[in-house]
Amino acid sequence: MPKLYDYVLSGSCYKVRLLLSLLGIAYETQAVDFFPGREHKRPEFLALNPLGQLPVFEDAGLVLRDAQAILCHLANTYDASGQWLPRDVRFGSVMMWLSFAGGELMAISGARMIAMLNYAGDLAALQAKARAALRLLDDHLADRAQAGGLWLVGATPTIADIAMFPYVALSHDAGIGHEDYPAINLWQRQVRKLPGFVGMPGVPDYF
Amino acid sequence: MSLTDDRAALDQWYTLGALQDFPAGAEVPSRLLGEDLTVRRLTDDVEVRAAGRALPVRTDYGHLWTSFGTPERDLFELPESREPDRRWIHCGPVRVRASGLRLVENFLDLAHFPYVHTDILGSEAHPEVARYEVEQRRDVDELWATKCEFYQPKAAAASDEGQISKYMYRVVSPFNVMLYKTPPTAPDRWDVIALFVQPADEAVSVAHAFMLVIDLTSTDAELSAFQQMIFVQDKIVLENQRPSLLPLQPGRETPTRADLSSVLYRRWLKEKQLRFGTEPRTDLQSTDLPHA
Repeated sequence: MPKLYDYVLSGSCYKVRLLLSLLGIAYETQAVDFFPGREHKRPEFLALNPLGQLPVFEDAGLVLRDAQAILCHLANTYDASGQWLPRDVRFGSVMMWLSFAGGELMAISGARMIAMLNYAGDLAALQAKARAALRLLDDHLADRAQAGGLWLVGATPTIADIAMFPYVALSHDAGIGHEDYPAINLWQRQVRKLPGFVGMPGVPDYF
Repeated sequence: MSLTDDRAALDQWYTLGALQDFPAGAEVPSRLLGEDLTVRRLTDDVEVRAAGRALPVRTDYGHLWTSFGTPERDLFELPESREPDRRWIHCGPVRVRASGLRLVENFLDLAHFPYVHTDILGSEAHPEVARYEVEQRRDVDELWATKCEFYQPKAAAASDEGQISKYMYRVVSPFNVMLYKTPPTAPDRWDVIALFVQPADEAVSVAHAFMLVIDLTSTDAELSAFQQMIFVQDKIVLENQRPSLLPLQPGRETPTRADLSSVLYRRWLKEKQLRFGTEPRTDLQSTDLPHA
């Protein structure tokens, strides 16, 4: 059975849990004491992922790190319809937004660790980066809505939407509300309606 | 904001975190009651300073405790900490943008289980809070709620099935609270789950959850993850509660029968004339004001 090395409050682990649930894939988890135990920096975990980061996913002998890479693997392996990782003209755009979700948007993750878990760092600088990323995302989704589109790319949800959702939804923990991002709010409601959607602690239920 | 002048708040013990959060030799900044502090751990000793002054220190129950004032009593008793088969789990500090008193009150509340911790600590099919008993134990100056029972689909990390959990709640000081609850694997004993709140500012708190549990199967990571999941489900509700400071003025919030422990807690806070983390009152004559 596939195995997810998981931390319940990690938005990156949640990306993987969310797609596993949407695809109806059975899996087991191993809890990693990320906080306060810093188990992901201990030798046993570094043997799995030398970068010392969560999530790690084991599947049929593969050991994968990086949430975005794991989403690609899941869609590639388990989604016969090809909807979640389209191999046509949409492919490049899905990759582009996937990269944004694992890149610029992760400023929210950094700000969240400082605001919520007392990590050291420059909260105001990370919040500014996070707001810039959300602005860019909101503008894109507003353009998409104008053209009648509900999703980041094309007419169906893809792994780009799944990679994007967790840290957008968790931004409250980073001290960033959603009131300035109407197109994001519309899109978040669509994600929540997906059959098999699961939340996580900190993701608001009141949409 | 600077240090409060609230005598009732100053004369209490507060935790600044688990001792393991303070590495030897390092100087760690902290904050309490509106004032910045520095914690320095020497080999055996811990030093806490604020505005050039050394504060009293205690290191009971794996935590660092301090006070700005002169607490009337020593730290509370926790006999379970001497039982050798207990697992000690420190769940780490979590910052919450809410009054610490709100955190304590939420911790005392059974009625929110089905709605905030759905299918874990409660289920929407079983929302009723059965009658329970509350008392103020004047000899130790603690509040207790006893004979609480609640149906829980997943009461703890080690649960395989639903159970009717028995609970007791114990408030040992305005910002420190704990509960005793049936462990899934040892129905004749009590797990202890404590919430030590460090009120950094009136509406900013750091929550230190700490457990002394009977569990032979779960890993430390599983035990801690379970408690963190529960607490972060509460956090989002706490941060959206208005007013964010606890109202003590009659009529501002209306309790129901399920809120007996909250009613007693608020009455006790009024009796102590505690103001830090409470909403300013407009119903008192100036001569009645606690600081007058």
